[in-house]
Amino acid sequence: MPLLSITDLSTHFRLPDGALRALDGVSLEVEAGETLGIVGESGCGKSTLGKTILRLVEPTAGAIAFDGDDITALPTGKLAPYRRRAQMVFQDPFASLNPRHTVAKILGDPLKVHGIGGLHERRRRVEDMLRRVGLGPDALDRYPHEFSGGQRQRIGIARALILEPDLVICDEPVSALDLSIQAQTLNLLARMKADLGLSYIFISHDLSVVRYFTDRVVVMYLGRIVESAPTRGLWARPLHPYTRALMASVPDPAQGRIALPLKGDLPSPQDIPRGCRFHPRCPLATDLCRSSEPELRDAGDGQSIACHHA
Amino acid sequence: MSHPALSIPAFAVPHAITPLLEVQDLQVHFGSKPAVRGISFTVHEGETLALVGESGSGKSMTALSVMGLLPDGGRASGTIRFAGRDTSTLSPAARRALRGGEIGMIFQEPMTSLNPVMTIGAQIVEALRQHQPLSRTAAKARALELIDLVRIPDPKRRFQDYPHQLSGGMRQRVMIAMAVACGPRLLIADEPTTALDVTIQAQVLELLDRLRRDLSMAVLLITHDLGVVGQWADRVAVMYAGRKVEEGDPSALFALPLHPYTQGLLRASPRLDDAQHYTQGPLTEIPGSIASAAGQDGCAFAPRCPQAVAACRAAVPSLRILESGRKVACPLAHQD
Repeated sequence: MPLLSITDLSTHFRLPDGALRALDGVSLEVEAGETLGIVGESGCGKSTLGKTILRLVEPTAGAIAFDGDDITALPTGKLAPYRRRAQMVFQDPFASLNPRHTVAKILGDPLKVHGIGGLHERRRRVEDMLRRVGLGPDALDRYPHEFSGGQRQRIGIARALILEPDLVICDEPVSALDLSIQAQTLNLLARMKADLGLSYIFISHDLSVVRYFTDRVVVMYLGRIVESAPTRGLWARPLHPYTRALMASVPDPAQGRIALPLKGDLPSPQDIPRGCRFHPRCPLATDLCRSSEPELRDAGDGQSIACHHA
Repeated sequence: MSHPALSIPAFAVPHAITPLLEVQDLQVHFGSKPAVRGISFTVHEGETLALVGESGSGKSMTALSVMGLLPDGGRASGTIRFAGRDTSTLSPAARRALRGGEIGMIFQEPMTSLNPVMTIGAQIVEALRQHQPLSRTAAKARALELIDLVRIPDPKRRFQDYPHQLSGGMRQRVMIAMAVACGPRLLIADEPTTALDVTIQAQVLELLDRLRRDLSMAVLLITHDLGVVGQWADRVAVMYAGRKVEEGDPSALFALPLHPYTQGLLRASPRLDDAQHYTQGPLTEIPGSIASAAGQDGCAFAPRCPQAVAACRAAVPSLRILESGRKVACPLAHQD
């Protein structure tokens, strides 16, 4: 049984000028111990997917099952046991840490809320977690602004892990960090995964990071999955024209100039093209693509794609 | 063309004599805090020089100094020559004319540089009329040409749009149109695609490079992205803690980085072209952070450098020019 299983999940937002279909019928599974990468550009729904899985935003349709339990319709008051096992690391550790709380309080509060341990036990756990993420006990009485960006992200990671969750959703966890700090943070996340037997959903727009850090990848475009595959297989054989274009767009220091992979702008998720969502920018598009939306189909070796032609 | 003397490019001689932009020993301080600690570089006509570095490297403050736009409290010293003229000797009016005239600028976040309550057409017209004696009609016609030049579809309709009606990529194109409106000889682009999606980034960089060629501009590109440098720059200067640590041809420099910091940066970044995976081992870290350079004597990178010896902490290493033309500020770096 997968640790997480979501089926036909949709999250639509009602806006004054019409509906925004941020997430539009997404199904996927995460196995225990696995890192699943979610990759795509602005408006593809990757962040909404992460938040919907944790029920930080409510799904419009579909189902979320965690460890076999359907949590889609649980009333908010009954979500605590689930939230203890599924946590989130955000992109901007500054915006997600309360500037008026000390590190001791930021890390201790989740334990208190979930009724774990007494004062001394909580203190012990907080100190232990700080050490694991590479910060000394002198951090305890300091405030978030006293730390560098990389250190703040370590605090964000410590907060997500203090409850010993099974699943951690990392939403662009290294995007705001400098390159040298990015490597330190990825190594920390990998070490914690091994030590605590975690599963990750790793949301990122950065393909090189996703390739390094994930076991399986889901590529999203305008609220839908267009391709999913084991990480190694996807880079060996990208099938969807969008996946290929995305890979070709990433400049590599060792590569010469590339031909322009994609024309046109990203459409707004408020104005999703009919038929295949990608057809206005797709080099392979035909009349079929303009009229009918392709379903995700099996392409062998654990790979699936949603394309009429690939 | 058959005459042998003509086979030497006509621009070869002026190149050697006067670079378009020449920065000498630029230092920027905020109070007693140094942001740029003595950087020198040149940009020649028509070339793209990339300044690459992480936060705190001083790359943006260098660019702002060249534009004469340092934030309040910033003090710059050193010489900045543009087309042979020392910019510190210019009157405020002449400096303003230079900015937006011969020197165009674009920044990371176009939304904060555009006026939200003016149509993009009116903003381009304003930029034009500030520097050129154009009638309203002539300026409007020129603005429409510029919107078309940066490949925004349907210029007539877009002329009437407000910034919020455009996507991030389109807004950056508008900024580019305004920056090139007066035919600048130098375009300073400070992280121009950092806020954009990767497929849009590719389009905008391609546009910038095409304009560079068509309008014979030089480009000073400020970026943290090594990939962008590798693909779009003619020359790259790597900055660390306010100084230049290495400079050279991008493909040679990335194939064989000589400064331990450049080496560390390349090793720390997961790459698309090799099969590194977390299951096979961690990424090579650069330990510590740039903050450890504060209050350091000697090489600013020494506290993080795996090769540092006692001498590195004694004196700031000077920039050496190697036989290949590569410049490197590390006494231990050697080429073989």
